[in-house]
Amino acid sequence: MDILLVLLTIIMTAATPLLLAALGEMVTERSGVLNLGVEGMMVMGAVAGFGGAYATGNPWIGVLASIVAGMFMSLLFGFLTLTLLANQVATGLALTLLGLGLSALLGESFVGQPGVKLPSLGGIDPLVPFALFMVFAVGKFLFGTKMGLVIRAVGNSHTSAHALGYNVIGVRYVAVLFGGAMSGLAGGYLSIVYTPQWVENMTAGRGWIALALVVFASWLPFRILAGAYLFGTISILSFVLQAQGSGIPSQFLSSLPYLGTILALVVISGNKALTRRNTPASLGQPFVPDR
Amino acid sequence: MTEENRVPLLEARNIVKTFGSLRANDDVNLTIMPGEIHAFLGENGAGKSTLVKMIYGALQPTSGQFFWKGRQVMPASPSVARHLGIGMVFQHFSLFDSLTVAENIALAMPGPHDLAALSGRIAQVSASYGLPIVPSAMVGDLSVGERQRIEIIRCLLQEPQLLIMDEPTSVLTPQEADQLFVVLKRLAAEGCSVLYISHRLEEVKALCDTATILRHGKVAANVDPRRETAASLARLMVGADIHAIRPRSDGGKTGTPRLAMKHLSLAGDGAFSVALTDINLIVNAGEIVAIAGVAGNGQGELFDAVSGERLVAPGMLLLDGVALGRTSITGRRKAGAAFVPEERLGHGAVPTLTLSQNMFLSRHAVDPALVSSGLLDNSGALAAADRIIKAFDVRKGKPDPEARALSGGNLQKYVVGRELELKPKLLVINQPTWGVDAGAAASIRQALIDLAQAGSAVLVISQDLDEIFEVADRVAVISRGHLSEARPAQDVSREEIGLLMAGAHEAGSHEQAGSADHAA
Repeated sequence: MDILLVLLTIIMTAATPLLLAALGEMVTERSGVLNLGVEGMMVMGAVAGFGGAYATGNPWIGVLASIVAGMFMSLLFGFLTLTLLANQVATGLALTLLGLGLSALLGESFVGQPGVKLPSLGGIDPLVPFALFMVFAVGKFLFGTKMGLVIRAVGNSHTSAHALGYNVIGVRYVAVLFGGAMSGLAGGYLSIVYTPQWVENMTAGRGWIALALVVFASWLPFRILAGAYLFGTISILSFVLQAQGSGIPSQFLSSLPYLGTILALVVISGNKALTRRNTPASLGQPFVPDR
Repeated sequence: MTEENRVPLLEARNIVKTFGSLRANDDVNLTIMPGEIHAFLGENGAGKSTLVKMIYGALQPTSGQFFWKGRQVMPASPSVARHLGIGMVFQHFSLFDSLTVAENIALAMPGPHDLAALSGRIAQVSASYGLPIVPSAMVGDLSVGERQRIEIIRCLLQEPQLLIMDEPTSVLTPQEADQLFVVLKRLAAEGCSVLYISHRLEEVKALCDTATILRHGKVAANVDPRRETAASLARLMVGADIHAIRPRSDGGKTGTPRLAMKHLSLAGDGAFSVALTDINLIVNAGEIVAIAGVAGNGQGELFDAVSGERLVAPGMLLLDGVALGRTSITGRRKAGAAFVPEERLGHGAVPTLTLSQNMFLSRHAVDPALVSSGLLDNSGALAAADRIIKAFDVRKGKPDPEARALSGGNLQKYVVGRELELKPKLLVINQPTWGVDAGAAASIRQALIDLAQAGSAVLVISQDLDEIFEVADRVAVISRGHLSEARPAQDVSREEIGLLMAGAHEAGSHEQAGSADHAA
């Protein structure tokens, strides 16, 4: 029983950064914007979170700094793609490269320094239940409020939304900033909670997995939850297998969580009607008002 | 009351709107009185939509003024216009496919967000005005006619004082159109003015109190339509007489069976799609067979099955005796068929491709002039596009524009011309003149008749009974996925078709299946 509880805690801890980043990206994509820079925003969140906590000694300042860093990165992305109408795919890729490089530069002096860990409440890291809460909150927001409906509408047909008088670009800025804040927080979680230290490129591709989760979860919050926790479970299982010396090449075991999660989500996203219904139809298309 | 009535509800003074070198509106004046149904007539490209978009705040005039109840206003955005009390039903609907009816309507409603209460109000308005709609249905699964109802209900819920309707009856059956007229007359009696854009002159005569006619961006006349004839209105619109359709010179001679559907059945695709059930129909060479029916009764599914967008069992569909049910769209085109879908922008043509690039969509495999040594031949496509633009008088702003830059009627003429030019053995066309002005509709219908006379089989799916009686040799009616027996057009009355549209033939569909087999 105790072992199960410990396992569950470890799984939830491993899944939380994916959950946070994927939820943010889902809201961004629901508004019709494809931001491939999740990895870059996360890694900037990680370095800013570590730095904020390290400099002040207060891990909560670090959490705040990681959110602000993610938002700053997404604002840059929004300005380039929404205001200057740059290509979203190319800009998102550039954002990731920028984030990886800039974070390595800024974090040079942090390498090897002891981090400040966010205190856990009753044995649970507060960001873990927060991420769970956000699944419900984002679901309620998108499917139960007017603003959520507007975001989905803008992502479905920006021309129709514009014809009804909605500020398409404004709505998209808000969604992009929310995505940035969540990605930044996900990065901060890594450097303040998960492994309280700064290592260059410490996000290790989690941003990309978050991106894949969003698509294979058909842009639905509870499927993202399932996908993130599945990823966490397989990660832990592959650790256990490696520790037991099962003879399976470790490279294969390390790739298992990625393979398993994607496979499972491909199978669930086989419901074409549901996928069609939830795919933002104007995803990745720049919006230019008529004349 | 009379005092108030003298102040116009809306007045447009000296409106000018230019797009580059094109003067879409050139010093236009328009006065709408409270409670009147005001017709706004003009050919495609005459500038009607431009003016209407400015009234609705979606565009801003280059110069000129608007007065609302005597007070100068400038609707800077659609929400400002809605706040004034202006509602609009667009010809190209501003709906969201992946949202429900209620969610679509909620997006246009001010006030608190309560979908349950809104669904109740939708059901109430829908029942009281005779506009049936299910609030929880997904818009992507609905027919064009049903989508229009959403737009109308969306406007009515905001209790507008001016309702702008852009080509509303082009998607309705005669009965639905009559129902709409009842709704509009009731609205006018309640004091709501209606600005009614239409190409159908008879209905303008029957419905409207005054008419403003626009030609090449200028007001050509202000008339009382009830005192005009359809011909005189058409003359004012076009500036010349419209040619009447030439009947066939050979008296409707038909040849051997060309297209045969045998016990064609197709399961529905999605919760709101209609399943086709045991459809039997022969279309002979040299004849036009029309399929009438209310929107959303399986027309789209039938078109998909015939065109190859959805596959059926091989023997369910034959062209010249060859089973094609599992053949791809391109394979069917190679066998001599051509298809014009209902939705011209997005289905018949790619909006962001130029006209010549759109030529490749349907003709890359069947027109050798478009391909040279395995590569696309742009000059061949440009030449073909030019021929069609000339033959069908397609009006455009610049050489080889993007498809989306054309007005609906002009794009439809282009799409139809693209398919007709190769003289297909079989042409299947869904809603050939939806939202197309009188002049363009006449030329499209004439082209269909000429094609049949030249020996092709033509299958027309249409909701417009006038059109059906103008072109068809035989008529069948589709209702809830069942197709009635095709009967000679001269032997069947509108009333009979109306009954069949309501599903009167479904009980007897088995005997008809048998007789269709004998005909084959």
